[in-house]
Amino acid sequence: MIVFSTTSAERADQIFVLIKHWLMGYVPAAAQPLASAVLSVTPILLVFPAIFAVTTLLERKGLGRIQNRYGPNRVGPWGLLQPMADGLKSLTKEDIVPTSADHWVHLCAPLLLVIASFLAYAVLPIGRNMVVANLSAGVLFFFAIGALVEVAIFMAGWSSRSKYSLLGAMRAIAQMVSYETPLVLAGLVAVMATGSLSTVSIVEAQAQYSGILPHWFVFTPWGFAGFILFMIAATAESNRSPFDLPEGESEIIAGYYIEYSGFKFALFFLGEYLGMFATSGMAITLFLGGWSAPFSFLTWVPSYLWFFIKLLGITCVFIWVRGTLPRLRMDQLMHFAWRFMLPMTLLNIVAAAAWKFFPAGIIRWVACALFLAVAFVLLTRGLKRRGEIQARQYRFAE
Amino acid sequence: MSLRNPVHCVVGLTVGFLGLAALYLQLGAQFVGLTQVLVYIGAVAILIIFAIMMTRSSESAEQQTFSRSWVAGVVIAVAVFAVLGWAIHFGAQTLPTQTATPDLPVQQIGDALLHRFVLPLEIIALLLTAALIGAGVLALQDPAGEKRGQQ
Repeated sequence: MIVFSTTSAERADQIFVLIKHWLMGYVPAAAQPLASAVLSVTPILLVFPAIFAVTTLLERKGLGRIQNRYGPNRVGPWGLLQPMADGLKSLTKEDIVPTSADHWVHLCAPLLLVIASFLAYAVLPIGRNMVVANLSAGVLFFFAIGALVEVAIFMAGWSSRSKYSLLGAMRAIAQMVSYETPLVLAGLVAVMATGSLSTVSIVEAQAQYSGILPHWFVFTPWGFAGFILFMIAATAESNRSPFDLPEGESEIIAGYYIEYSGFKFALFFLGEYLGMFATSGMAITLFLGGWSAPFSFLTWVPSYLWFFIKLLGITCVFIWVRGTLPRLRMDQLMHFAWRFMLPMTLLNIVAAAAWKFFPAGIIRWVACALFLAVAFVLLTRGLKRRGEIQARQYRFAE
Repeated sequence: MSLRNPVHCVVGLTVGFLGLAALYLQLGAQFVGLTQVLVYIGAVAILIIFAIMMTRSSESAEQQTFSRSWVAGVVIAVAVFAVLGWAIHFGAQTLPTQTATPDLPVQQIGDALLHRFVLPLEIIALLLTAALIGAGVLALQDPAGEKRGQQ
């Protein structure tokens, strides 16, 4: 509003919506529902795999730097063409299916995984007026899609007829079922605060400003706690380090997709990263204000840019965490979910409910923050006294 | 079990659940349809999957699975299909074809749950939260008992 005139800023913000309307003008009325769906879905099918390709490079580069090496730097300038080389390589590789594998289930598993991962994007508001389907139960849709991913992983792990695959699938499903509860409960506070299950209304509730600061839920005590808990659960849901037991390379090689090769392997890789972006997108929608700008004087920047900047930030944190934290043991993983995450998310819901009943002001902020801090300290102290949380012991690395 | 392999049965069941959810969604009942996916695929199908993976029953059966009850099953299925087809064919004219879809179904469900059915909702919520915390408490106590047993 300050730098550019309102109209040009709004036009830049709505450019994709305007392009879609312009294209729809050329479509006969009978074909319009279909054309509208195709025009909404195609950008998602193009943009997010492209982001996946860039992220693989970013991740390898970032991990390389964290581990004091260069990372890929041979293909193209600074290794920028590495994702293309990888993609071509996976396309040209032979597709090997084990003889004892269940061929149909083996084939369907990666397809189902990728389809389910793409479906989750239907409810993510990427920019103002930019959402494929504004469902009134959008958040519910998102979490329901997660169930399909679990079925796909089971199909992959079981149909390969390999003990590593089966072990990996069992670990993955146990982990995803355990962390789905904290994920949903952590996300619930945003739904409680908005009073709507629609992702669009959740973002709109956060895209208001008092002074220059936005009303993002992450700036409230329960929102902050909810965001941290949501991100921990999201890391576990997307099977990333330090929760990457289902595919721990040093134990079960690659887990449920060990028997896949060539393009099917690439599909698993794609599905996994798409799932990670989708849960990050959900975290952005629920807590980080979706497409809204971080300061009121920055609202002239197109809304979709903010979404992707936030996505990049969260992806970088994921890479950083992967390069920093060692893998958990299976029992540590389960204990963490059921003994820490679950009580903490329940207490967070209590804090969010209390927030609704306090009058607005600094007092409710302090009261909720104090409640959560005391709950956190008491919970961790209690677990420590019982010997549930201990300093990590390195038996062979002293 | 008509398929020989229990895992194929689970996958078929999942497809069936998805079809039912799609029917609900087609009828405009978003909340029910999505809850169907979340509960029946996310919980029930996964539970069955776990049962299959934990036991070694995922190996396909050796013996033939043909049984005499198949004949009765086919007869019943054909009869049910015939009755349904007959009912739809002759009932279509008498029924109104369009019913008004509610504007905000989720909001209406929420209103109904928190006004008219608030007591059952609270009781169920209490029961489920107790079950959830109970599961956590069980998980808390388990290794302590194991350790005591070992000592």
